[in-house]
Amino acid sequence: MFSRDRWREIFETISKNKLRTFLSGFTVALGIFIFIILFGLGNGLKNTFQEFFLDDASNAIFLYPGKTSMPYKGFKANRRIEFENEDLEDIKQNFPMFTEYVTPRISRSALTRYKNESNSYTTRGVAPGHQFIEKTLLMKGRYINERDLENKTKVAVIGRMVAKDLFKTEEPIGKYIDIGSTAFKVVGVFQDDGGDREERYIYLPYTTRQLLEKGNDKVDQLIVTFPKEMGHAGAIAFETSLKRYFKDKKSIDPRDPNGIYFQNLTDDLKQSQQFAVVLQLIVSFVGLGTLIAGIIGISNIMVFVVKERTKELGIRKALGATPRSVIQMILQESVFITTISGYLGLFLGIVVLKNIGLKLEDYFIKDPFIDFSTALAATVVLIIFGAVAGYIPAKRASSIKPIVALRDE
Amino acid sequence: MIQIKKLHKSYKMGASSLHVLKGINLTIEEGELVAIMGSSGSGKSTLLNILGMLDNADEGEYLLDKVPIKDLNETKAAKYRNKFLGFVFQSFNLINYKSALENIMLPLYYQGVPRKERQLLAMDYLEKVGLKDWATHLPNELSGGQKQRVAIARAMASRPKVLLADEPTGALDTKTSHEVMDLIQKINEEGKTILVVTHEPDIANMCKRIVQLKDGLIIEDKKIKQVLASAYV
Repeated sequence: MFSRDRWREIFETISKNKLRTFLSGFTVALGIFIFIILFGLGNGLKNTFQEFFLDDASNAIFLYPGKTSMPYKGFKANRRIEFENEDLEDIKQNFPMFTEYVTPRISRSALTRYKNESNSYTTRGVAPGHQFIEKTLLMKGRYINERDLENKTKVAVIGRMVAKDLFKTEEPIGKYIDIGSTAFKVVGVFQDDGGDREERYIYLPYTTRQLLEKGNDKVDQLIVTFPKEMGHAGAIAFETSLKRYFKDKKSIDPRDPNGIYFQNLTDDLKQSQQFAVVLQLIVSFVGLGTLIAGIIGISNIMVFVVKERTKELGIRKALGATPRSVIQMILQESVFITTISGYLGLFLGIVVLKNIGLKLEDYFIKDPFIDFSTALAATVVLIIFGAVAGYIPAKRASSIKPIVALRDE
Repeated sequence: MIQIKKLHKSYKMGASSLHVLKGINLTIEEGELVAIMGSSGSGKSTLLNILGMLDNADEGEYLLDKVPIKDLNETKAAKYRNKFLGFVFQSFNLINYKSALENIMLPLYYQGVPRKERQLLAMDYLEKVGLKDWATHLPNELSGGQKQRVAIARAMASRPKVLLADEPTGALDTKTSHEVMDLIQKINEEGKTILVVTHEPDIANMCKRIVQLKDGLIIEDKKIKQVLASAYV
């Protein structure tokens, strides 16, 4: 296999049969190239999907208060349910194993002003855990922390679009903005993959919000996150026990569908994951199809190559080439060409993918990529099939009697 | 050198079979120059192919240099061909992408001769056939006579015991034919056993013995007085 003489013979053959070399090399290079591009674009589509649907944490349960629709334990129907600060603590204490973060969310719309710029934004009174629920990314400064809650400090974390609207190019950190006629110090600027709308929120400590509203302890919504490891079934079970606990605590009929509404994001997650699986299947199918097309291409070329060389092989056999040496020659040649051109296609594909990557975001394709190992595996598969496809006709050609191969056309 | 006894060969043509060789007995000594003659369909090419191990006989004995040639698999046949036989074909059968020199080097490659040595040996043979200056030319840059001379050099390069030539002058004009025959005669003078299949009487007369085939049987086998091709060149 590694005899220098044989390699020299093969190099001679390759360099003197340029069309043949080009054809088989081109087929493999093109196959790999298209495979990488399509697979990469498919992955880009998947990325876009994930960005759209998997922006927020998926391991969260939202609790919204409502009105009861059934009388229970001496209470009339149509009673308004409210959450209080105490409920936050109760969740933490009663379900310590199931909770990661518990945060309220008090949404208020407020006119916000900085110098001459003003606009109406939604403010959200939250606890530090909220950052992980919205997957808020801090660009500058910090998020709301426990000290803010304790001291009821007047600090605000503003979205990127808020900063852009109010501050233009000015540095917002440390400046004071006027939110509904109260001055808040900007301590952080965030961005959010959820888009511009999500970047127009202003986050405040919920205790400060309560202080401004005459020191009450009412909370609009509760958001609880649970460890991801619990899985879908665990999340459903947790939701059920939370429901039971709160209906009991707030004296709501266990059969009452109203009173408190629960939204478990794990359901959404399951659906979008199924969609992602379908998308992955499509991507894999496209990749596999391309690969099969490539295999068929190289097989055709190999059959043609061997056919074209039948007479030459007959001459070689008449001069003393053994069938084994004939097969080896054809295989070594084909594997050599497919390997070189396969890696060329691989390299080109990755380079092109990298370069077109940024220009396709308008077409719902984000960061198209391919794992190097997948690309490499595809290349190896094509090389192996090229060899197999070459072996079959080579084997046949090698067993033809030289006299048949030499017969004048 | 060659002994064959009761050689039979038939080809299946669909349902019927064509009996081509119907029991050939032939003995050829070392250093002979034998012409095998016969009209087309007489079985002369089939005989040569069997002698050259390019085809198998159905029945009969074949001894080549005292080695029985029987039940050969392809690998063994290839080795024997490489060791014992040199072929010259009517249509030259040079590999068209290899230069004259590389064509001659090829049987040596299959003998496992190192490259440097191959090159020197091939050059020697090319010189012998008078084409030293054409070493780097491709076959399609050579004339018919030159191609056949390269083919003869290639057949000689592996130093075979027997040279088998199938209509070596069939594709050449008279003058070139005589040149090629002159070369064959010279090689024979050096002691090489040569078989020439031909249907041209004047080519056959340049050999030392003529074997006439008709309908798969030898009808005449005579030693003749050789006509020297150099007289015409």
